[in-house]
Amino acid sequence: MELLKHAAYEKRAPDPAALLAAIPFCRHMGLSAEVTNGELTLLMPFAPILIGNPVLPALHGGAIGAFLETASIAQVIWELGGTALPKPIDITIDYLRTGRVIDSRAKARIAKRGRRVVNVHAELWQEDATKPVASLRGHFLLTNA
Amino acid sequence: MSKDPANTFAAARLGGTAFIMSLGGEILELGGGKSRTRLPYAPHLVGDPDTGVVHGGVITAMLDQTCGIAVASALKEIMPFATLDLRIDYMKPATPHADIFVEAECLKVTHEVAFTRGIAYQTSRDEPIALSTGAFMLIRGDRDAKPGA
Repeated sequence: MELLKHAAYEKRAPDPAALLAAIPFCRHMGLSAEVTNGELTLLMPFAPILIGNPVLPALHGGAIGAFLETASIAQVIWELGGTALPKPIDITIDYLRTGRVIDSRAKARIAKRGRRVVNVHAELWQEDATKPVASLRGHFLLTNA
Repeated sequence: MSKDPANTFAAARLGGTAFIMSLGGEILELGGGKSRTRLPYAPHLVGDPDTGVVHGGVITAMLDQTCGIAVASALKEIMPFATLDLRIDYMKPATPHADIFVEAECLKVTHEVAFTRGIAYQTSRDEPIALSTGAFMLIRGDRDAKPGA
């Protein structure tokens, strides 16, 4: 991606907010990024299109999964740079609590960095960061390592 | 397809969730614990603007949804349920500008849990773009009446 190439050329971390804004599906979900004390957190403000169960009501498991996967990719780019997006190889999502129809946040960390593959753990929470709504473990391929 | 029209109707209603409708996903077949859905390619689904490949989360959402409605169509009575976990293997990137098809099967329903398998593909089931394994927690009204069941 052009903005990743620019950041790599200038030897700086890419702007996560600009990265999300450049990805159509992230715009569709309304995702944004916050950097506090050098740590990246992604925000998914509640929107009616994110609903999966109108009776409860609850967020869609797929929206939760897509958000966690995006948080993982953004963290890899934020920490490791690179000129192309890492590709998911496999992911496992555990759904721990009902995703309520309020704002969600997600944070990811690289558990292991290999030469071609990174193992990433990510968590999504709502009002209380100590009560995760869902977690993800996954492997991502570094396409330009 | 289903022996129980009421359950198939409930499952079909699940197909109309706001998130899946926002993607453009639709149910093609449903009943007897099996389901088949389709997602036409659309610009708002793109996850990599360099290649036009759809976001992995789009595939995740379609697999979750297709497995979920397969569970609904397998149940003998209407009850709520929730995804417990979902494992996805991304075998290859989806080809841009082509429909994605997802098929799912509910393999087993116990008192508490339903187990599923799913496959996403474009031209042929023999060339999957992703495979999934997922468990769903059934929320039975009699849960308190049968402790430890």
